[in-house]
Amino acid sequence: MTAASPLPPTVGSPLRVVVLAGGMSHERDVSLRSGRRVADALRGADWDVTVHDVDADLIPALTEMRPDLVWPLLHGASGEDGSVRDVIELLGLRYLGTGPRASRIAWSKPIAKTAVARAGLTTPDFVTLPQSLFRELGASRVLEALLVRFGLPLVVKPSYGGSALGVTLVRDAADLPRAMVDAFAYADTALVEHAIEGRELAVSVIEDAHGPRALPAVEIVTDGTYDYDARYNPGRTEYFAPARLSAVEAEDVSTVALAAHRTLGLRHLSRTDLILDASGTPQFLEVNVAPGMTETSLFPQAAIAGGHDLRTLYRALVSTALA
Amino acid sequence: MTSETSGAGAPPTTAAAADVSTPTTAPAPARGTRLDPWLSSYADRAHGMRASEIRALFAVANRPEVVSLAGGMPYLEGLPLDVLSEVSKRVIATRGTTALQYGSAQGDETLREQILDVMRMEGIDAHPDDVVVTTGSQQALDLVTRIFVNPGDVVLAEAPSYVGALGAFRAHQADVVHVPIDANGLIPVALEETLGALARAGRRAKLLYTVPNFHNPAGVTLSAERRPQILEIAHRYGVLVLEDNPYGLLGFEGDPLPAMRSLDADGVVYLGSFSKTFAPGYRVGWAVAPHAVREKLVLASESAILCPSNASQLAISAYLATCDWRGQIKAFCELYRERRDAMVGALAEHLPDASWTVPDGGFYTWVQLPPGLDSKAMLPRAVTARVAYVPGTAFYANGAGSDHMRLSFCFPTPERIREGVRRLAGVVAAESELVSLFGVSGQRARDDVQQPGPDVS
Repeated sequence: MTAASPLPPTVGSPLRVVVLAGGMSHERDVSLRSGRRVADALRGADWDVTVHDVDADLIPALTEMRPDLVWPLLHGASGEDGSVRDVIELLGLRYLGTGPRASRIAWSKPIAKTAVARAGLTTPDFVTLPQSLFRELGASRVLEALLVRFGLPLVVKPSYGGSALGVTLVRDAADLPRAMVDAFAYADTALVEHAIEGRELAVSVIEDAHGPRALPAVEIVTDGTYDYDARYNPGRTEYFAPARLSAVEAEDVSTVALAAHRTLGLRHLSRTDLILDASGTPQFLEVNVAPGMTETSLFPQAAIAGGHDLRTLYRALVSTALA
Repeated sequence: MTSETSGAGAPPTTAAAADVSTPTTAPAPARGTRLDPWLSSYADRAHGMRASEIRALFAVANRPEVVSLAGGMPYLEGLPLDVLSEVSKRVIATRGTTALQYGSAQGDETLREQILDVMRMEGIDAHPDDVVVTTGSQQALDLVTRIFVNPGDVVLAEAPSYVGALGAFRAHQADVVHVPIDANGLIPVALEETLGALARAGRRAKLLYTVPNFHNPAGVTLSAERRPQILEIAHRYGVLVLEDNPYGLLGFEGDPLPAMRSLDADGVVYLGSFSKTFAPGYRVGWAVAPHAVREKLVLASESAILCPSNASQLAISAYLATCDWRGQIKAFCELYRERRDAMVGALAEHLPDASWTVPDGGFYTWVQLPPGLDSKAMLPRAVTARVAYVPGTAFYANGAGSDHMRLSFCFPTPERIREGVRRLAGVVAAESELVSLFGVSGQRARDDVQQPGPDVS
């Protein structure tokens, strides 16, 4: 074991960490559960860990407490798009995770896909369509053009957001209008992309003093689609952690996740979702700067598959953030 | 959980701080998991018990920034808490060893007599022995279902019906068949037709579940004329009527209608509750049943909970004995009437293209959306706009209801109600535009009962 790197003199004892959980997004419920699980794992006689919601009380509480570290475990909206992180920076506090500018890029699926494609990663062919465009050009014409370009099946998603909310796998052209309406319930812009057949994988990345390292991939096999129900209610989804990959495949997907993490300027931890297609090419779908940490979430499964104890790992991430 | 840190004063990190990638155990071999080792052990009835994203969205509804028109919670600020605390204190001080001890499975005898006084206001004439006190009328509902319904048995419910009841029926694997209602409640002709069709298919219905007064969610009341008609039809087909009446005393005008139990003692199991006329927190409700049914209910209750809470029962009993509970009910009526008016006025002003029921009491209005809109699909947009409601789909076992939503006016203040409806109007407008843009129709096939949670039931 190498010696612990010294912590900055501002860090007192006990270490005070505030976990942000909740917020007002559609994933508030998931965030509350993630936050509680992480806070429980971090707590100890030597660490003073509290969970706080993002509400009118937050800035006064943080200003008064001046915690050593803030860990934003917010899913969706202001938690993952960088704005809360901007505020934490304004307050002069340290936090765990990606910075605001990189968060903003990672949060938008089309922008993230464009950025990683420029860095040489493969991502499914896609278009980004704001609701206003359908109004201007006529919805049926745009939808027809979509079908000609992508064929079926295709995937419609809100351009930002997690937990598969508003996501539809469209197999029948008649279902496409409804899929658009569902996506627009969550965001003003929809991403429409080619549906790739292949193995659904989630690759988590953690950082330490040596830099980012990929955890074992988690393979997701679902009865039906990997929707909200399949993610948060045990039963329909079978997970393989580590994924059933050959050494070459495992190496390839790790490389992609690490490349995404680096290219997008992410920090401390991330989770990349991808599909390993029939030709063995990892196809980047999206990346998450605040991956879920619930009992059914992918990041903790990857960590355990990698031989890590969650408490040790989470604490180590905090230490990395403070280094 | 493994290694603790070194002693106080040392930097509070583990030795792995600089090298977080050091695993502490050997990597696990690849094997699939569904994250629940007991998955293959669950009873059939438990498989449908899954939290939905709708339920998750209601986590946002509790934030103060959101105007929640979704809740079924009574407005308790008007209760005389200082008086109630004195009452509770006296109960513990003078009868503590009774209040804190196990009681009888059937419930406290004095309270059962007092319950008769409450029910007399709706014409019910019964004996204290006919009353079974339960942990909320929800539990009574569950017990009645338990003693009558085998998996696959038919239970009739109104269209729409109370979400808590649908949940109980589902938990017992009932086959729920909905019967249409209109502005005057259950339609006798429709009930006759439904039962006739079932009979021709060789099936009988075990129960007819009805909320005859200020229906949750529809707001309507079964008219006086129809009550004996419904009872007669049910009797002819051998169907036990389950009359669920938490709101009967919360009418805004006139006197309560006679309870169905008052017209037919042998064919009706009556469920009553203190939750809306007093407060839900003590969890005290009751069932009134024909004697043989009552015997089974007591035994079923015993095996479920041993006995209802003595502390709660004695507190409510003392409240009934010493406080002006009728006056409190009147005060509630006034309060809820004002809120109904705010709701109805706001709907007329902001949502003229929708239609809605105007309830004469209770907590809810049932709103039909303009054509093509899907209330379940619209909910995320409403949450973004900081307003919440319960989609109509929660109130049907067959996937219907996406063209309706339930709005409750019990909890928010009149100003908040108006603000909520205003926000809702914006949501409906945006959704309407989207729907007409894409030319989608409203209805979609759905196969699950939503269970939004107790505070939105």
